[in-house]
Amino acid sequence: MIEISGVSKAYGEAVVVDDVSVTLPRGGIVSIIGPNGAGKSTLLSMIARLIPMSTGSIVVDGLDITKTPSNELAQRLSILRQDNHLAARLTVHDLVSFGRFPYSKGRLTPEDIRLINEAIAHLDLQPFAHRFLDELSGGQRQRAFVAMVLCQGTDFVLFDEPLNNLDVRHATGMMKILKHAAEDLGRTVVVVLHDINYASAYSDRIIAMKDGKIHQQGTPEEIIRADILEDIYCTAFEIHEIGGKRIVTYYQ
Amino acid sequence: MAHTELSATPSSLAAPKPARRPARAIAILSIVALIAIGCFMLIGASANWAFILPFRAGKLWALILVGYCVAVSTVLFQTVTANRILTPSIMGFDALYILIQTIIVFFFSSQALSGADPRLQFLLEVATMAAFAGVLFQWLFMSGNRSLHLLVLVGIVCGVFFRSLAGLMQRMLDPNEFLVLQDTFFASFNSTDRTLLGVSTVIVIAASLVGLKMMPYFDVLTLGRPAAVSLGVPYKATVATILVIVAVLVSVSTALVGPITFFGLLVVSLAHAIAGESKHRYILPISILLGVICLVGGQTILERLFAFNTALSIIIEFVGGIVFIFLVLRGSMR
Repeated sequence: MIEISGVSKAYGEAVVVDDVSVTLPRGGIVSIIGPNGAGKSTLLSMIARLIPMSTGSIVVDGLDITKTPSNELAQRLSILRQDNHLAARLTVHDLVSFGRFPYSKGRLTPEDIRLINEAIAHLDLQPFAHRFLDELSGGQRQRAFVAMVLCQGTDFVLFDEPLNNLDVRHATGMMKILKHAAEDLGRTVVVVLHDINYASAYSDRIIAMKDGKIHQQGTPEEIIRADILEDIYCTAFEIHEIGGKRIVTYYQ
Repeated sequence: MAHTELSATPSSLAAPKPARRPARAIAILSIVALIAIGCFMLIGASANWAFILPFRAGKLWALILVGYCVAVSTVLFQTVTANRILTPSIMGFDALYILIQTIIVFFFSSQALSGADPRLQFLLEVATMAAFAGVLFQWLFMSGNRSLHLLVLVGIVCGVFFRSLAGLMQRMLDPNEFLVLQDTFFASFNSTDRTLLGVSTVIVIAASLVGLKMMPYFDVLTLGRPAAVSLGVPYKATVATILVIVAVLVSVSTALVGPITFFGLLVVSLAHAIAGESKHRYILPISILLGVICLVGGQTILERLFAFNTALSIIIEFVGGIVFIFLVLRGSMR
């Protein structure tokens, strides 16, 4: 369980996240949606202790993230950000191995190696396991990073806009991977999404943010409604029910 | 999982395991380094062995120490900054060291210092340098993502600032004191400062031992700050310690031979090209060996074969500068 209470982030005068309090329960996929500048990624980065909070506290499984040793948190919570530019030249296998770093500090045990190979297999990366990342396509590279994060074996996995720059096929593939992580591996997936339809189709829970605050939260049925979305995005929405999922259009 | 990659080519399916290429490179480079050292010690040493060998051994040890310091400091600096273009010298580390030297002479006068043990003065300079560089560069690199071009610019501005400040103070010095100081500033592999060899060795070993304890973190740090934090690296403490180690190593090499801007970049870029991958257990030894080979081998060729004496630093800077421009151009194209 991640308990966020009274969390704010301000850069000088500009308040990016404004007194957010929310509890993320264990299990399922939680999507965070909202317009640009709503503070979604900032909130996610604060949960992952990548940027410090201005005020408030975040507690992961009873551990205050500002007081717990980084290594202990790394066994409970991992994050994948959108910009994964690497200065290092690594193979897929090397990268995924880093996922075991919180446990083995670079000395891999047979158990670590088993988990690494499992993660590589889960993401269909075996053919590329010993290729260098700079020799792969964007979609393959993205999967390698996801494999690393899943290999970290944390209960909570945070993804910051994982669908950026992916085509339809890879985006759907990515969402299926997240679903697999949540349902089959029992992870709690928290994901920042721009595509409302993916959020609607895959989430167990949606948090809608606007102007640094949490505007609404609930199940997709509760959030994917024309009045709420129009409020958040200031754009006209039409909601369609297709195959039991709510699909939105906003092109006119 | 319906997410198979259809575009897998046959050659990628038979992807070779990364060969023992780095290991072989280390073996070959070790042999080359030994040959270079042998040549340096023995060529032309026909007469008076008792004098020549100890004389050359001192010089050789200085060259090895400098090669080691420059290589390790550059690799570690690039590791904590997660980039492949910036080096401590480009960011003005050695200019900072010269400024500190100048300030100490300026305020304490060389008389007071020449009375004191030069080794003590050196320790004082190294400590000041470590403290300053630690604070300054932590501030620069810890506060989030900055663009590489901005950092290069900041480095150049810092370097010019430190150099001009040092220059200003040098102009205000007593001419005699200036002369004493100026002696230490020119990059020269001939007039290495022998008095500092012993204390330098001790400092380098101490810094290396601290670094060795952090070895497991090095590879993770190359993934960049977000990934390193997410993987449980105590980021602030680790980066601060590494930057202090870098500052100490740069101080030692600058004190021994003076500033050499592009040598580190040259050596480490070559090491990456040779190793083909970025693991520190390969990159560090390859860089060190290359550093030693370039300095010892280069000095041997220039001194013994061409009877030149001061040109090595010029050649290194020339080649290194070209590599730097090439890297910046390639980086901006990506």
